[in-house]
Amino acid sequence: MNPRRLVLIAAPYAWLLALFMVPFLIVLKISLSDTAVAIPPYAPTFDLSAGWAGIREFFGGLDFENFIWLTEDDLYWKSYLSSMKIAAVATFLTLLAGYPVAYAMSRAKPEWRPTLMMLIILPFWSSALIRVYAWIGILQSEGYLNQLLLWSGVIDTPLSILNTQVAVYIGIVYTYLPFMILPIYASLEKMDESLLEAAEDLGCTRITAFWRVTFPLSKPGIIAGCFLVFIPSLGEFVIPSILGGSQTLMIGKVLWEEFFSNRDWPVASAVAVVLLLILVIPIVLFQRNEERNA
Amino acid sequence: MKKAMLPLAAVLLGGTAAMATEGTVHVYNWSDYIDESLLAKFEEETGLELVYDVFDSNELLETKLLAGGSGYDVVVPTGTFLERQIQAGVFRELDFGQLPNSENLWDVVKERTEKYDPGNAYSVNYMWGTTGLGVNMAKVQEVLGEDAPIDSLDLVFKPEKMEKLASCGVHFLDAPTEIIPAALRYLGEDPDSHDPDVIGKTEDLLMSVRPYVTKFHSSEYINALANGEICVAFGWSGDILQARDRAAEADNGVEITYNAPKEGALMWFDQMAIPADAPNPEGALAFLNFIMDPQNMAAASNYVYYANGNKASQEFLNEDVIGDPAIYPSEETLENLYTVTAYEPKVQRVVTRLWTKVKSGT
Repeated sequence: MNPRRLVLIAAPYAWLLALFMVPFLIVLKISLSDTAVAIPPYAPTFDLSAGWAGIREFFGGLDFENFIWLTEDDLYWKSYLSSMKIAAVATFLTLLAGYPVAYAMSRAKPEWRPTLMMLIILPFWSSALIRVYAWIGILQSEGYLNQLLLWSGVIDTPLSILNTQVAVYIGIVYTYLPFMILPIYASLEKMDESLLEAAEDLGCTRITAFWRVTFPLSKPGIIAGCFLVFIPSLGEFVIPSILGGSQTLMIGKVLWEEFFSNRDWPVASAVAVVLLLILVIPIVLFQRNEERNA
Repeated sequence: MKKAMLPLAAVLLGGTAAMATEGTVHVYNWSDYIDESLLAKFEEETGLELVYDVFDSNELLETKLLAGGSGYDVVVPTGTFLERQIQAGVFRELDFGQLPNSENLWDVVKERTEKYDPGNAYSVNYMWGTTGLGVNMAKVQEVLGEDAPIDSLDLVFKPEKMEKLASCGVHFLDAPTEIIPAALRYLGEDPDSHDPDVIGKTEDLLMSVRPYVTKFHSSEYINALANGEICVAFGWSGDILQARDRAAEADNGVEITYNAPKEGALMWFDQMAIPADAPNPEGALAFLNFIMDPQNMAAASNYVYYANGNKASQEFLNEDVIGDPAIYPSEETLENLYTVTAYEPKVQRVVTRLWTKVKSGT
C-alpha cells in the first residue's frame, strides 16, 4: 500500500485507539476490580514491576461481581429503561419541533438561508450549561413563563414546571434541536423541487405530495437527526440534574451517585460499560444507515 | 522590531508562569462560606495569589481528593468525611510550628473534632453548625395555623403537616448523612447507628414524606427561602440565617427563622486540611494561619452566621452572632446536639441506596 494512504487511514484509527479504546479499557479494568479506602479508591492495580506473577495476580483479582450486582438491584435496569424512555420521547418531540423549522428553511429564499442557518447555530456560541440554567429563570414558579401566562389570563395559579419531567423534556428538546434541524435541512435542501411539480401535475394534492415525495426523501436526514439527539440524551446528566426533580430517574444520575456518593468506582464503571453496550446498538444501526446512503 | 520583542515576551511569560506556580494557593471551600473581602486581604498580606473555588457537596470534594492530583492546597471537608479521608491517606499532617495562630483554637470544639481526627493532627476547625429547620413564618402559619411546630421534627416528618406545606414548597438537603441521622433520632434510635437494619427503619418514614418535598438540594434553598419560593428548608443553620439576611436586605416582606429541632440536632464540623499532594503546602499553611487570626475568623463568622472553632475570635464577633443561640447554642442546647461518624463502605452503599429510593421513589 502506498505510504500516504496508510498514514491517512492510520490517523483516524490512532485517534479512536487513543481516545476511545484506551479509556474504555481503563474503565473496563476498573469495573472488574474491587473498591477500597485509598487513592485511587479501588484495587487491584496493575504492577508491571512484579513481572509475570504480577500479571497473573492482576487477572486473578478481576471478577465480574460488579456486573452481577447490577442485575440484583432493580434500580439499574429501571434507570436504563427510564433513560431510554425519556430519550425516545424527547427525540420524538425534537423531531416534531425541528422538522417544520428545517422545512421552512429549505423553502426560504436562497439568499435568506445562510442567515437562517446562522440563527440556528448562534446559540452554540454560548455555553450549554448557561443556556440550561437560563431555563430555571423561565420555568420557575415566579419565572417569565408563568408571569406571561398569568398576565395574559390563561392560568390563575402558577404552573409548576421546574423540577418535573416536563422541564427535562423542554431542556433536551431545546438543547438538541439544532442537531435535528441541520441534517433534515441538509436532506431537504438537496431535493429537486421539480419533483413536487411533477407530483402535482400527476394529481397529488400538496399534502399528499408532501407525504409521498418530500417526507420519504428527507428520511435519511430524519434518521440521522434522531440518532444525533437520542444517543447523547440517553446518558444526559446536566439537564435532568438542573431542571429535573428528584423523581427523574436517569442513568446519568445513577452513575453520578455510584461515583460520588458511594465512591464505588468499580460499580460506577460497570454501569458505564453497560450503558456503552446499550449505546453500541443504535450507533451500529446509525453507521449502517449512513453507509447505505453513502 | 517584532523579532526583538519575542524574546522579551518569552521572558515575561516565563517569569509570570514561574511566579504563578510558586506563589499561588488553591483553596476549595463550601459555597457562601466566607467574607470575600478576606480573600483580597490574604493576597495583600502574604503576597501570594489566591485561587478560591467552591463546592456544595462533600461527595464531590471527596471524589476529587480520592482521584488524587486535585491541585488544591486547602480543602474543607466535614468531620465525618474527613475521618474516612484520613484513613485513605489523603492528607498531610499539619506542621503546627508554622501555625502560631493555632493557639487561638477553642477547646470545646477541639474535644469534639478529635472524634474524626485523633489528636487533631491533620485538620483545624473552620466553622461548625447544626442541621435544622428554616421556616418562612408567615407562610407556614398560613397553611398550618398559629401553633405550627416550627421547632420540632414533626414539621418535616409528619406526612399530614408536609402535605399542607407542599403547597408553599419544602427543600431537604441532598445529603443522606444529614437527613438519615435526624430520621433515626425522630424514631428514637441512635442517630449514629451503622446497623443497616436500624438505618432501614427510616425508609417508611422518609418515603411517607417524600412526595411533598419540592426538591432535594444542598445550596439552592438559601435563595429559595429568601425570595419566598419555598416556606420550609431542612438545612444548615448558617445557610438559613444567610437566607434570613438576604430577605431582610431585599426588603421583600419574607421573614425567616431558624430552629434546631427540640428532639436534638446534628452538630457538624467543617475542617480545614491540606491534601498530601498539595502543590503549595507552605502557602496552604499560610492560609490556615491567616484564617486562624482572631479578627479574620470573626469577620468570616460575622458574614456567614456560622459559629467557629476559634476562642480568641469571640470578642470580635457581632452581637447578632455570638448572642444568637441558633449560632452559639447555650450549654443545655449543646447537650441536646449529637454527632455522627463515617459509614463503612458497605453501610454507605445501603445509605446511598436508601437515599436514591427516597429521592426517586425507586
